[in-house]
Amino acid sequence: MNTLLLGPGALGAVELLALFLHFTLLSLLAIGGAITTTPDMQRWVVGERGWLTDVQFTASVALAQAAPGPNVLFVAVIGYNVAGLAGVVATMAGSLLPSTTLALAATRWGAARRESVGVRAFTGGLAPLTIGMLLATGWVLTEPLRGYPATAGLVLVAVVAMLWTKLSPLWPIAAGAIVGAFGWLG
Amino acid sequence: MRAPASPTELFRVFTGLALQGFGGVLAVAQRELVERQRWLTREQFVELLSVGQVLPGPNIVNMALIFGDRFFGLRGAFAAVSGLLAVPLVVVLLLAALYGQLASMPAVAGALRGMGAVAAGLVIATALKVLPTLRGSPLGVPLAALMVLATTVALAWLRWPMVWVVLGLGSVSMALAWWRLSK
Repeated sequence: MNTLLLGPGALGAVELLALFLHFTLLSLLAIGGAITTTPDMQRWVVGERGWLTDVQFTASVALAQAAPGPNVLFVAVIGYNVAGLAGVVATMAGSLLPSTTLALAATRWGAARRESVGVRAFTGGLAPLTIGMLLATGWVLTEPLRGYPATAGLVLVAVVAMLWTKLSPLWPIAAGAIVGAFGWLG
Repeated sequence: MRAPASPTELFRVFTGLALQGFGGVLAVAQRELVERQRWLTREQFVELLSVGQVLPGPNIVNMALIFGDRFFGLRGAFAAVSGLLAVPLVVVLLLAALYGQLASMPAVAGALRGMGAVAAGLVIATALKVLPTLRGSPLGVPLAALMVLATTVALAWLRWPMVWVVLGLGSVSMALAWWRLSK
């Protein structure tokens, strides 16, 4: 039970506070999503503090990517591996409190000025970037899998299922899991 | 367009979409919020995502927060965000606790790779689906298409950090939109 609550490395209160504060800082720098701060997170948690090894860090990110739910949950897995459930509270609260507070304030300010040229130029100007970001994300996700013919097949199946059917995305995901389990992706 | 009936419904729908979101929730959010619940048009979805993306923090969490706040204020924001995070958090922590045993099985590792490939396809499909919304862009279609291309190349090929893309390309794009809108 103690390992569950406090994790393998059992941090003291001061170290937990430092963990919380560092993630608070990263939260405000996380433009484009929490995942964009992983290089700095890795530098601090692995390099500076030595709370996780490189392998543990990468595995934490990969595990959260594979599990259902928002990618930001990799922050919770890192917290858990550093300091159990107390670590989860420190990293999740640190990552979410500053950014959500800012998002709420900014969006209410913007909503009151919806029709102004400034706000319309802001959202209208950013829309093409958002679509480009989606295309780039898709491309980057295929990176570790290039060179396997099955990869292109799975990407295509997913695109077709989403564009021309009403199927839940769970079906192509299940198909991908089966293809991968048979070892057709290395 | 319909609207969520209560914060409880928001919580339920966001929990449901989060649990279907392997490798990211964006594709599922588009399908659920735009196509199934009809709470947003494609245009509103892109707009919400743009705002969620340019603000610091996880895009999808920001999106849920803004969406919930729009209908039920703070209570709605909390309902949507906790729907997105609460149950998946329990799932991912259980997996983290079991990880040692799971990762050593080759079939599990293979299945994860297969799911990764499909997740890539889902995100690409989402991009293709919202592409037609650029017809209403203040930039006009050719310029907007050029910005999509420039962003994709900058992020996927040149590997610029997101901050530089938003500051660099984003400010050019916003300035152009401003100029077109105020003509």
